Amino acid sequence: MHKSFIIILLAAYWMPVHAQKFTTEKTSVVFYSHAAIEDIKATNLKTSGLFDAGTGDIAFVVPVNEFQFAKSLMQEHFNEKYMETEKYPRSTFQGKITGYDPGAAGEQKVVAKGKLTVHGVTQTVEVPGTIAKQGDGLLMNAVFVVKLEDYKIQIPKLLWQNIAEQVEVTLNFSFKPNNKS
Amino acid sequence: MKKTHTLLLIVFLLPRFAYAQDDLLGELEKNTPAPTYIAQTFKGSRLVNGHTVETTGAGTLEFIFAHRFGRLNGGAYELFGLDDAFVRIGLEYGVTGNLSVGVGRNSVDKTIDSYLKYKLLRQSQGGMPVTVTAFGSAAYQTSPRKEDAPEGFENSDRLAYTGQLLIARKFTSGFSLQLMPTIVHKNFVADNTGANDQVAIGVGGRVKVSRSVSLNAEYYYRVNPDTATPYKDALGFAIDIETGGHVFQIVLTNTRGMIERAFITETDGDFFNGDIHLGFNVTRAFQLKKRK
Repeated sequence: MHKSFIIILLAAYWMPVHAQKFTTEKTSVVFYSHAAIEDIKATNLKTSGLFDAGTGDIAFVVPVNEFQFAKSLMQEHFNEKYMETEKYPRSTFQGKITGYDPGAAGEQKVVAKGKLTVHGVTQTVEVPGTIAKQGDGLLMNAVFVVKLEDYKIQIPKLLWQNIAEQVEVTLNFSFKPNNKS
Repeated sequence: MKKTHTLLLIVFLLPRFAYAQDDLLGELEKNTPAPTYIAQTFKGSRLVNGHTVETTGAGTLEFIFAHRFGRLNGGAYELFGLDDAFVRIGLEYGVTGNLSVGVGRNSVDKTIDSYLKYKLLRQSQGGMPVTVTAFGSAAYQTSPRKEDAPEGFENSDRLAYTGQLLIARKFTSGFSLQLMPTIVHKNFVADNTGANDQVAIGVGGRVKVSRSVSLNAEYYYRVNPDTATPYKDALGFAIDIETGGHVFQIVLTNTRGMIERAFITETDGDFFNGDIHLGFNVTRAFQLKKRK
């Protein structure tokens, strides 16, 4: 066996995937609803995600009961009446990111396309965002709008002035490379 | 030789590709535990007349206005009870997520009451089957006036205490049941109205009819009433209607009292004889301390 081949083999084994799979380190998912009577904001710091820079595959899971509200009653209603958290404990996204060049530096505009599941309803979505390198990790940001109707989340007529029909979701994820030894 | 090379390459790299194709989401979901605690066994802190296992959220102040009209069978002369009114005005504050304190004043016997409520156990998925809350209260009746009080009636005779264990289970998101073993201690009891320590077991529950509306029922069985007692067991039904920061309860019950001593040990109406009071409990929540 040629020495060079062994080297290529080993190089092929060690290089590509290990350097390209990432796990979330810190995450923040913020949703913001702007309505006539009040603005409602909630933050979730317990999301976890995986990103494969080689294939562009990305997935993340949001534990719905971890959204923190300023008012405890609001948090209760969010889980009990709107998101039905006991029935649908997680919101998820699974898809692919296009437009990311692992070789390039600086902030890059990318698009994530895939399946967003909220309140047990799955919709195909396209979300624009950015990826930037930070050390050997990545920073990923995205802002998008979720229409409650699309996910069969119903707002009682009495409360339409308190809760917006669509909410803005802001994602800030920082990733670190997998299997870093 | 070439063949071996290709084979080796495949053998070496195959598992890597297989790994890369693994379902990322499946991998994540395995590592994300579902929420463990069951919340909102009931919509509010009151089932009908008595308490539920629910405590007020941390930093939340709840204003409770409760009201009972007279008896429905008072007839047209009494406008079916609407001529009479019994009121309790109360405040409840969530010190932590598990501890509430409350004060109130009930027009029945002009009673001032205060209580502590502490959630000891929380029902959880695949763990604790019930939520258990301990409730303790002291009530001081300011009626009669000192100068009108009978001979020998001390101020300490105005006091009564209640200790309760509230044990509830949310069987489904729409159905919860609660058991309430209770002891009421009264410093003073009139003849034939029972012992100083009176034991009762309450049972109640709710059925949700929509996301914002539920039907509640509550019954307190007195274990050791006096054989000649003029009093009855308290029975009540309520419709809970929840909107943003309010819970409205429309109540039908055979008691005028809105504190434990009054409705558990001194209910004087016979529900099935039409001694039914229409009433309301209205709560409004104010978040005093912003949560972090």
